[in-house]
Amino acid sequence: MATFDDPFDADRSLQSGCACGRHRSASEHEQAALALRCEPVESEEKRYEGVVASALMRAMFPQDLARRAFLKSVGASTALAALSQFFPLQTATEVFAETGAPEKKDLKVGFIPITCATPIIMAAPLGFYAKHGLNVEVVKTAGWAVIRDKTINKEYDAAHMLAPMPLAISLGLGANAIPFAVPAIENINGQGIVLATKHKDKRDPKDWKGLKFAIPFDYSMHNYLLRYYLAEHGVDPDTDVQLRSVPPPEMVANLRADNIDGFLAPDNICQRAIYDGVGFMHLLSKEIWDGHPCCSFAASREFITTAPNSFAALTRAIVDATAYASKAENRKQIAEAIAPANYINAPVTVLEQVLTGTYADGLGGVKTDEKRVDFDPFPWQSFAVWMLTQMKRWGQIKGDVDYKAVAEQVYLATDTRKLMTEMGLTPPASSYKSFAVMGKNFDPAKPEDYLASFKIRKAS
Amino acid sequence: MTTSSLRLRAGLVSIVLLAAFLGIWHLAVRSTAPVATMSPEYAKLMGLTATQGKSAMPGPFDVGVKLWEHLKRPFYDNGPNDKGLGIQLGYSIARVGAGYLLAVLVAIPLGFLIGMSPLLSQALDPFIQVLKPISPLAWMPLALYTIKDSSISAIFVIFICSIWPMLLNTVFGVASVRKEWINVARTLEVGTIRRAFTVILPAAAPTILTGMRISIGIAWLVIVAAEMLVGGTGIGYFVWNEWNNLSITNVIIAILLIGIVGMLLDQILARFTRMVTFPE
Repeated sequence: MATFDDPFDADRSLQSGCACGRHRSASEHEQAALALRCEPVESEEKRYEGVVASALMRAMFPQDLARRAFLKSVGASTALAALSQFFPLQTATEVFAETGAPEKKDLKVGFIPITCATPIIMAAPLGFYAKHGLNVEVVKTAGWAVIRDKTINKEYDAAHMLAPMPLAISLGLGANAIPFAVPAIENINGQGIVLATKHKDKRDPKDWKGLKFAIPFDYSMHNYLLRYYLAEHGVDPDTDVQLRSVPPPEMVANLRADNIDGFLAPDNICQRAIYDGVGFMHLLSKEIWDGHPCCSFAASREFITTAPNSFAALTRAIVDATAYASKAENRKQIAEAIAPANYINAPVTVLEQVLTGTYADGLGGVKTDEKRVDFDPFPWQSFAVWMLTQMKRWGQIKGDVDYKAVAEQVYLATDTRKLMTEMGLTPPASSYKSFAVMGKNFDPAKPEDYLASFKIRKAS
Repeated sequence: MTTSSLRLRAGLVSIVLLAAFLGIWHLAVRSTAPVATMSPEYAKLMGLTATQGKSAMPGPFDVGVKLWEHLKRPFYDNGPNDKGLGIQLGYSIARVGAGYLLAVLVAIPLGFLIGMSPLLSQALDPFIQVLKPISPLAWMPLALYTIKDSSISAIFVIFICSIWPMLLNTVFGVASVRKEWINVARTLEVGTIRRAFTVILPAAAPTILTGMRISIGIAWLVIVAAEMLVGGTGIGYFVWNEWNNLSITNVIIAILLIGIVGMLLDQILARFTRMVTFPE
């Protein structure tokens, strides 16, 4: 009530605000009460509040029947009022949202300037790190081997890595074995096979014998997808064509100089080759395997154990950013945010074409595929198992491998699920799913059978 | 013919050569490629190379305009991955300075020792001969792996590449001090330490300085490559970052600046060399 209202007016309530006294009006109180129910809410704070309140209710009424009887008899708003009398719901929500102060606030995260790193990069200019109480410096890095070494050397606390790299590092392939972990996948899809313009009539992979292709790194989805694609068309990637590991920016220059005939590369590089008029999009990687992982967000086990709260906050920021990036309407804004020289350093048009999925194909046509690149943080362990089968298929792993154990050690599906649930998101219940690559089903429970079913593989 | 008129004519020829170079460059990169017809919405998604047949190589005017932009604000800082050219050059010079000074501190005393002792000279010779021709960048993976810090690794690489010319020149300079001078010092019963500083050092100084001059040139050559490899900061990183964006204009600007800074470093050492040179 206002100061000058008549306090002796019988029709007026002397009590301003609501029954619990924490809201300015009864209607606001009702709104808050709504948030306690399991209904979709808009803002993050509300989401956390809902999570905390439901945890509280569960603790008070271990039996759901009792809870419902209580709510029925007194009503939700009274229940909320009663609860907040003796339990500081607001404070608890704030504490929960922070979940322990990060041990280390100033973090360094390395990235490679490609659109796969979108969530890691955009989290800096769009403030996702700051929101989770971190001061993160995202540092552009010269190549995959360097990013690996700098993360191992602890110059970086966490880094953008190709999805198979943490598996390879943990197994000690191409480096000393150091346990690494993947709390989140960065992007799914978002790669492509680009051929030099002179090959525009050579669209059948069967005619590709003798050609030279570039891939960004040996332990990359690019390598496995290109090999898979070639092998499915009867071309042996080890004997019929040449595969070279080439840093992405040099791919465009090499394609222009005619040193290579094509590449399977991360985007913006594919689109850049088209933009510069040196190649055309033969195939989006999505057409090989829709929903394949590409890059991951990785950290060493040591960092996770020494700074668990920092790591959790970092993962939350990445999951948050990934969720934001997965929405089509945000993509243009993201393209502008990550284009400057401090981040990806590429023309905005190129990034927009990649992120919005409306792109020039290099042959004079404009194509649209909204899922050209997509973002989904959940680190499916079945992805890891698939990568391990391919590492073995192409002779990177020799001897036996315990697929499940490695996948579970490196891909932190359980922890991420817990984190996502706490954030009010709905992660998948299982850590394994089967999927199809070029129409061929992969069952994560039978990796050896899957491996044995390929005719073309490196003889070991 | 006086020297001043020779200098004038040389300057004129230089200018004519520069003008000719710029002219040929300009003509060579004119847009000549045939332009394919394309729909407007397709053209909007494509770059200038594809739509207007613009050469992938920038012309002298593009470079000039961009250079002016950089010179107008050389010290801007847009975050860890985008700093002005002045700052980048500063980082590179600081790295070269650190590695080079370390090398001076090691090479000159060591060179003195080796030069004054025929025994050490012969004993260490095989090691020096093997280590000298190793490309400094070949040390990089080893350095990264053992030092576990990329900026110290870069300094180490500078150190290792600039140490050999200085060491060898110091050895040579010290060993070839005229015997008569040393004998005179002996006759006057000058002590070893005093002999080293008052007789050998001044006599060997021109040779040592020449070694230092060669070293600084090599160090500057190597820093660019090293920074391209480890990234982060420095002019080498700038080249890599712009190469990443296929911005040839910026790469050309960086090349020009690298040349100018290298020349300045060389000139400074040349001046020092003239200061210690003596007529015989």
